Amino acid sequence: MAEPAIKIRNLYKIFGQRDREMVEKVKAGMSKTDLLAEHGHVLGLKDINIDMKPASIQVVMGLSGSGKSTLIRHLNRLIEPSAGEVIVDGVDVLQMSDKDLREFRRHKISMVFQRFGLLPHKTVIDNVAYGLHVMGKSASEQRDGAMRWIERVGLAGYEDNYPAQLSGGMQQRVGLARALATDADILLMDEAFSALDPLIRTDMQSVLLDLQKELAKTIVFITHDLDEALRLGDQIAILRDGEIVQQGTAQQIVLDPADEYISSFVREVNRGRVIQAETIMDTPAPPGQPASGSIRVEEGTVLEEVARRMTEEDSDRAHVVDETGDSIGTLTMRSVMAGMATPVLKDVVEDDAAR
Amino acid sequence: MQSLFEGLPDWLVEFPQIAGRTLRLMSRSIDQEYRAFSREWGDAIENFFRPLLDFLLWFENLLIHTPWWIVIAAIVAIVWFSSRSVKISVGTFVALILIGLFGMWEDTMRTLSIITVCTLMSILIGMPIGILMSRSDKLQAVVNPILDVMQTMPSFVYLIPIVMLLGIGLIPGLLVVVIYAMPPIIRLTNLGIRLVDKEVLEAANAFGSSGWQKLVEVQLPLSLPTIMAGINQTIMMALAMVVVASLIGVRGLGQPVLQAITNQYFTQGVLNGLAIVAIAIIFDRTSQAYGKRLQRHREASHG
Repeated sequence: MAEPAIKIRNLYKIFGQRDREMVEKVKAGMSKTDLLAEHGHVLGLKDINIDMKPASIQVVMGLSGSGKSTLIRHLNRLIEPSAGEVIVDGVDVLQMSDKDLREFRRHKISMVFQRFGLLPHKTVIDNVAYGLHVMGKSASEQRDGAMRWIERVGLAGYEDNYPAQLSGGMQQRVGLARALATDADILLMDEAFSALDPLIRTDMQSVLLDLQKELAKTIVFITHDLDEALRLGDQIAILRDGEIVQQGTAQQIVLDPADEYISSFVREVNRGRVIQAETIMDTPAPPGQPASGSIRVEEGTVLEEVARRMTEEDSDRAHVVDETGDSIGTLTMRSVMAGMATPVLKDVVEDDAAR
Repeated sequence: MQSLFEGLPDWLVEFPQIAGRTLRLMSRSIDQEYRAFSREWGDAIENFFRPLLDFLLWFENLLIHTPWWIVIAAIVAIVWFSSRSVKISVGTFVALILIGLFGMWEDTMRTLSIITVCTLMSILIGMPIGILMSRSDKLQAVVNPILDVMQTMPSFVYLIPIVMLLGIGLIPGLLVVVIYAMPPIIRLTNLGIRLVDKEVLEAANAFGSSGWQKLVEVQLPLSLPTIMAGINQTIMMALAMVVVASLIGVRGLGQPVLQAITNQYFTQGVLNGLAIVAIAIIFDRTSQAYGKRLQRHREASHG
């Protein structure tokens, strides 16, 4: 496995005057409630450890007040930590001098904000070029760089408009283009789509996934919406009251929620869009050619897609193939249905898979 | 009432004030100290302000000695290019013609030049102070009460030390006007910068802006409407102060007004008063229209 792009180690954040002293008390086991009652300090983040893989989307999910926005602001140090390390490319961001930090923010990491954070007095093109402008690029480089991304996010023709003249979805495209224009490897997205209407949000998610296929950035995406987390996240970390409660892929979290809190979330999830064919298939595949009428699905296809294809082909069996095209297991309409049904107890899925 | 408090010691009935002799002694010694200070430093301070005086005189002469029609053309052009409003430009033209017809041209030019210089000085000194204040709560806590004193202290009171120090003339007049007119620009620069949207500022930080870049690209442009309101206030206060400054020898529209008060010349007072009003309106409308034009991006709503 590749070296993590971002390593967060033992990160603590406590809000208050004497935060460093309080870290020791929290390490010694003091609870959030006691810390507030006895010392008037608020525990923001507690012992966060995450490895984020390069070229993948790491989602951090949590409800409001869980500390997710605080966490993402530590990655580019918009918030100073109380203790811990954030290592990007082998360098601890939290130890950087002001000058190094500015260079880091200019070239290595960029950010998209929940309420867009656009400069209202600048046109779309000047907003997108802002990062390049800060770097000190020439006027023509700024314009060319900005235009390329304006076109890429589908805003060509709007470059001379002011942000206030655009709808929310379009404004966030400007925010996305601005973040991409600096060519940074790491993209931080703080509830980037939460302020948008549901339809536009789905649309923007597709835009992001398309771009990601092409650009392969390390994206850290913050959201409070589990469906969004499951759709976008290669890896998901769930945050609650400033602590990580579970980390894993979408499927791991849906199939094996770590506690009651997470189970209550995933109960409402559309499993057909999360669980993949190979998770519930019968293994091994019977030797020889697959049975006639069996449709072929690739490894990694979600159950909803399998069911759709089976219905279209009017077939009730399917076989799963790996990258090389070898058959690795089989599915029936019944097992697919069982896999998609909500709620599915974990052992039922395992029984199905074992049979 | 009096009988009620009979028998009480004196100091509970009459306010136990400091003896008149002591008070007189105190004021006299303070005054003497200050006089000694001004004898010693007056010249040096006057020399320090010399370049400013030269500039002011040069500007005044320029306005007075240039033929009137060129001056009117120049002023109307400036008004037009800052406001882009036909109404304001025509109004300015008519007002200036009337001022000339009623024989107030030279005084108006003097007032115009001192107002211009005072406003520029207030902005040059006031804006940096306002910017520093916006960056430090401690500085704000120190400067705010000073501004309160500057604004509420009756202006005649600080005429006295300035006249004692520098005598009568244009420089002390200028100082008085600047002291009186500067607080709004300081206050509103500070306020404007503090009101800039935190998320926009965070975005500027996230892209690695330096302190200077943040100031020039984000904070100043976004606080411009507030700062313009401050400049507008400063101009208005400077105009109000010009009449008072005529007490210490500042020539211009204030002097005929002063003369009219002492001699009960009603018409002269009103005419010169109206000329001041006309200048005030020209400055006010032009600076506001200019401020609004800088904010065009706010008007556009999306559709």
